Order: sequence, then structure tokens, then C-alpha cells
Amino acid sequence: MSLETLRPSPAFKDVLPVEYKDLVEHGPYNNRNGKDKQTVKVTDMGKFKEVIEEHPMCAGCAMTLFIRLTYIGMPNPEHTIVVGTAGCGRLAISQASVPFIYGNYGDTNAVASGLKRGLEVRFPNQAKDVVVMAGDGGLIDIGFQGLMHSWFRREKFTTIMLDNEVYGNTGGQESGMTNHGKVLKMAPRGKFGDKVDALGLAKVAGVDYIARLAPTNPARVARTVRRAIMVAREVGSSYIQAYTSCNIEYSIPTPDVMKDAFEIEKERYGFEEIISPAAKEYLDEVEKKAKKKKTDR
Amino acid sequence: MANVVGSSVCRTAVDEGKPEDWVPGGEKQKIIDPMKMFHELPRELQFITGSEAARESMRRANIDIAIAYPITPQSESMQQAGYLYDEGYIKEYYRAEEEIGTFSAISGASRAGVRSLTATSGPGLMRGMEAISSWPGARTPIIMLNMCRVINTPLAIQPDNIEMSFMLNTGILMLHAENQQDFYDFPLAAICASEQVDVTLPAVVSVDGFFCTHARGPVKVTPEEYKLPPRDGWRSAVPAMDNENPPARISRDAPIQKSNFISYHMHSSWQQEVFAAVERSAKYFRKYLGGLTEIVNPGAEDFIVASGCAVSQAREAVRQEGEQGRKVGLIKLKTIRPFPTEELYEAVKGAKRILIPEFNQAGWLHKEVCSVLYGRTKGVIKNGPRVYGGMTMPTEMILEWLEEFRKEVK
Repeated sequence: MSLETLRPSPAFKDVLPVEYKDLVEHGPYNNRNGKDKQTVKVTDMGKFKEVIEEHPMCAGCAMTLFIRLTYIGMPNPEHTIVVGTAGCGRLAISQASVPFIYGNYGDTNAVASGLKRGLEVRFPNQAKDVVVMAGDGGLIDIGFQGLMHSWFRREKFTTIMLDNEVYGNTGGQESGMTNHGKVLKMAPRGKFGDKVDALGLAKVAGVDYIARLAPTNPARVARTVRRAIMVAREVGSSYIQAYTSCNIEYSIPTPDVMKDAFEIEKERYGFEEIISPAAKEYLDEVEKKAKKKKTDR
Repeated sequence: MANVVGSSVCRTAVDEGKPEDWVPGGEKQKIIDPMKMFHELPRELQFITGSEAARESMRRANIDIAIAYPITPQSESMQQAGYLYDEGYIKEYYRAEEEIGTFSAISGASRAGVRSLTATSGPGLMRGMEAISSWPGARTPIIMLNMCRVINTPLAIQPDNIEMSFMLNTGILMLHAENQQDFYDFPLAAICASEQVDVTLPAVVSVDGFFCTHARGPVKVTPEEYKLPPRDGWRSAVPAMDNENPPARISRDAPIQKSNFISYHMHSSWQQEVFAAVERSAKYFRKYLGGLTEIVNPGAEDFIVASGCAVSQAREAVRQEGEQGRKVGLIKLKTIRPFPTEELYEAVKGAKRILIPEFNQAGWLHKEVCSVLYGRTKGVIKNGPRVYGGMTMPTEMILEWLEEFRKEVK
């Protein structure tokens, strides 16, 4: 929420919840240091009670880690709205201190299109970032049409796919992002057809910033999220596809979740960025400026 | 964002080909109090189609964003909305991918706190029904124009208002326009009612397709230099998702989404509140429309209850009965939700025979009337006459049914 809209009197500071104080003083809320984006780093996690707490995700869930890192990466969380749909992810996303729209099945990218345009009409001088964060089924199956058309229209928001390659929340059915041949519920003889090439689709649709990654490098996750949101704010659509394994349905022992992430990353989910010339020019400009400022000091 | 100055990221009107000194039409208009617009401003008589009446209504409605997917017979109205966007009377506009996308996007727009308009017809409405039925619970003021059309197989584009029955229990405010004039007046009133803090609900104005949308009729319009006040995104039963307010917790709290006693209780009380808000909207419609109903020949023994185009046909039947020296009453229902239960009861409590002509096979209005009058009146409620699938309802049909009715019920 905008700190300009709701700014408690300093006299009440000592009675404010510690979570609020920590978010403002140490967390990503209003932590600008004179820059146009928040400067909290992944290594700062722990200094504040964080944007997510008390989520009901399964123990060892890699998706939870990725979602936490996403919130750290948001350049302007107090002016960000997250849009989601049914699926595991929303159980954590709905516990964040960033407003969340939990819509109907597969409606995320349509809702985000209207929301972003509406916010632009109402707040022409205040950037409001809209981020869709939904599962592989929510985006590539039931939400496919809305996803693709939002890209064709070059809607200026970020789409993040939490790709656990399964319908985890409904009990382990195969999805469009499941690999060929994988035996899961509703695929008793193995998944028919290949994993959908969502990155390729994004490229064909003209998405300006596309990234694939696994949550193996926290700083890189935060940086990628930041880049995607900044491109969506200034250039066009952006898309992040993150491997967020389902340790329950894929029977990955909890202590081995990160080992699996490293293995899958090495095997088929390596970090990759596909950046349009316009987005590259913009990112170069922003990041060079940031570097220059650092050197100037 | 073609028609908004100062936006940091999107297209400007200049990017879309307008000259540097272009002033959007909407910025030349003056804001006027809704009651003055509805009841005091002078009116000019125009002879226009229902789609053009909708355009003139939109021109004066201070719409921020319009999103729609084309479908006959709605298409013409939303093309007109496109022209209004080009002229600068609507700030943002696009053709969506299809109706689920349309109605989801328009709910996103409304959540941003801006005045949001969409339109559809029969099959399009059915396609987007999941999204539509979620609007009231999300407490999103949205104005939807619905140009009624056949939804059943075999495919047809003809007028038939069966689709209205699917919205009766959603919590949406429902108005039914009789003619081109209503299709000009009702959307403006519906917008104002839907955005009241104690209402905060979507509203749909239905009209029978083709009969009204593509035919000309007399419409008295207010001067185009006046428009409604803008939507105030801060005044709402549920805050806009704009990150300027603490968000409402309905869409995010885990307890509501889980199966436990607290979730059942929260959900049921939320639904009760939505339907209570529908009832609270009645006072605004009474103010804006001069009543939820219009009554012709009060106190008659024979009464016709109708909405939409059926009212016009019934008016002519009433006139012809009058020529024969028989007094037949008519009650026009302007609003279907809120349903004007007490007005209806007061009008027909002394009637012996109640006839309900409809443009659909199911007779949803007949069922509505029966459910609210059951046990309260002695009058016999006739199950018809009805036409559907695109048929017109000749006045003679109503007259014949009245004649038969008098023989059946002495």
C-alpha cells in the first residue's frame, strides 16, 4: 500500500506492529535510498518479517522459496498488485503484504489487462506494477487464451509461471507443462504429447523480456523478477518461467528438493533470458545508470 | 492509454495519430449532478436506433474504459463505443479476445476503481457467465449492456430474452429496457446506482435485440456538453485494488477458501450482504427512474405484467381494449433486480386476471411474478402468451389471450 496514503503519526510508532515497522525500516517498503526502485537484497531477508508469513504450503516446497524471492525482487511492492488463480501458489501469495486478486479459473491475464489499463487511467503519474503469478495449468491450459492474447496485445504487466509440471493443488494430474511420458493422475499410461514450449510461444508473441530459471540462485531470481517488472513498466510484456518442483507429486524427499532443482536446472531448465532490442536498450540504460551511480560514490 | 495525459508508459493520443493540440471530447464536457441530468436538463428529440441511443448514453456517462467482443446484435453499439473513444469521450477501449477474456478484463478494470463498460448478447453472455457471476461477490461496479438474443441450438441471431433468466440469481442489478428511450436513460441510472457505497454492484441493462437495437425510435436526449460525475474510486463498499487502500480480504484470505465452519459462515454472510445490497439499490432507481415500475390504468380487473419489448405490445393492446370500452391495466417492470415486489402487489392486488406476455420460452417473468404474489392475491396468473426464437408478438395475440382469459375466469 502506498506509504504516502497511509502514513502513521510518529507519535504512534512505538505501538505499531513490529511487522509493519520492520517492513518500512528494513524491508522493501519505502526502502529506496534515493533510487527509483527498492534496494533490499536477498541477503537482507531475515531483517524483517518478510512479505509472506504463515503460509500453508507443503514442507520443503520449492515454489514457496521462489515466491518469497519474487517478493524481494519487486522494485516497488507498495505499488504492486499480484493477480493469481486457483493452484498451490496462491496459498502463499494470498498471505503476502502485497494486494492479491484471486480470480476465476484461468482469468489472470485478462483481469491483469483490465486492471493495468484501469490503473493507468486513474493514476497516470504513478507507476503501478501488475504481476500475474499462477501455475503451469492456470496459464498454459485453462488460461492459455488469455495468456497469449495479453502477449499479442503487448499488455504491460509481468507474467510469472510457477511451473511445477503438475496440477499439485487438485492432487497430481498431468498438465500441459508435464514432460512427455510422465505417469501422473489422468495420465495413467504416461503424458501424451510434449511439454508445451511456453518460452517459444512467448517469443513468437513478441514478449519483450522472457526468462527461464530455477530457484537455485536467490540473487538471480530477485534480479530477474526486477528486470521483468521494470520492462513491463516501460517497454512491454514480460514473462518468467520458473521451475518450482512439486516434491509431493514427484516424490522428491524434502531434504533433496534443492538437489533436484540443481539437477533439473543442469539437465533442461538452465537460466536463459530472451530480451527484445527495445527491452535490452532500456535495461542497459537503467542498469548502466545504476552502475555509474555506484562508481560515482 | 490514448486519451489520458501524463501516463508514463502507454501510448498517447498523439502516438495514435491525433494532433498535438487535440482535446478529447470528454474534457470539453461539463459535469452535472445526476438528478439534474435525469430530470431537469432540456431534451432534444432524435429519431435514432437503440444502438445509437446507447452511444448517446455512453457519450454522457463519463466512461473510463470499455472492453467488448463483437457479437450480433451487440456489435453495432460497441463499434459506436469505438467512435466515442476516437472522439475522446471514452478514455480506454479495446476489443478483447472473447467473452471470458472480456468479462474478466472488465472486472480487473473495475477493481482499479474506474468506470467500466462492456456489452454482449445471448451466447456471448453465456460464454462469459463464470466471470459475470463473480462480479457481484467481488463488489465491482460495472455497467453491461445486453442486447438479448437466442442462445439455444439451432444457432440463431434473433431476439429472445431467455438469457436474462440466467442472471436472476447472481446478485447483479438488472434493468429491462422497453425501447430506444429506455436504452438511453437506463444505463445512466444504472451506473449511478451501482456506484453508490451501499450498493457497489454491477448492473446490466438488457434490451430485446433488433426490435430495439436496429430499429429507430424517438429518443429525447440531454445536451451532449453535460456528463455524469466520474466514478469516485475511493467511495466503495469494497476498496479498489489500487494499492492506495488496504485491500479487502475477500479475495485473499485462506480461511474463506477452505472447508471449515468459518469459511461457510463467511461465505454465507457475504452472499447475504450482496443480495441485501441489491435491495438497497431500489431507493436510487426510484429517484433516478421515477419508480421501479410504470402503471397504466390502475385499479383494472385485467392486468398485464410485462418488461422489455412486451410492454410496447401490451400498451397497444391496452389502447385497443380501451377503444372497445374495456379497461385493462398494465404494469411495466423497469427493474428485474431489485424486483419491484411491493409495487407489483399494490398494482394487481385487486385484479381478477393477470396476463404475462414474454419473449422467451421458459416464462421466467411468469415464475418471478408467481413467486412474489403466491398466497397474497386472489387473481389468476396466466402462464403466457409467449413468443421466442426471434418471433414478434402481434398485439392481436395479446388481445386473443385476454378474450380467452375472460371466458376462463369469470
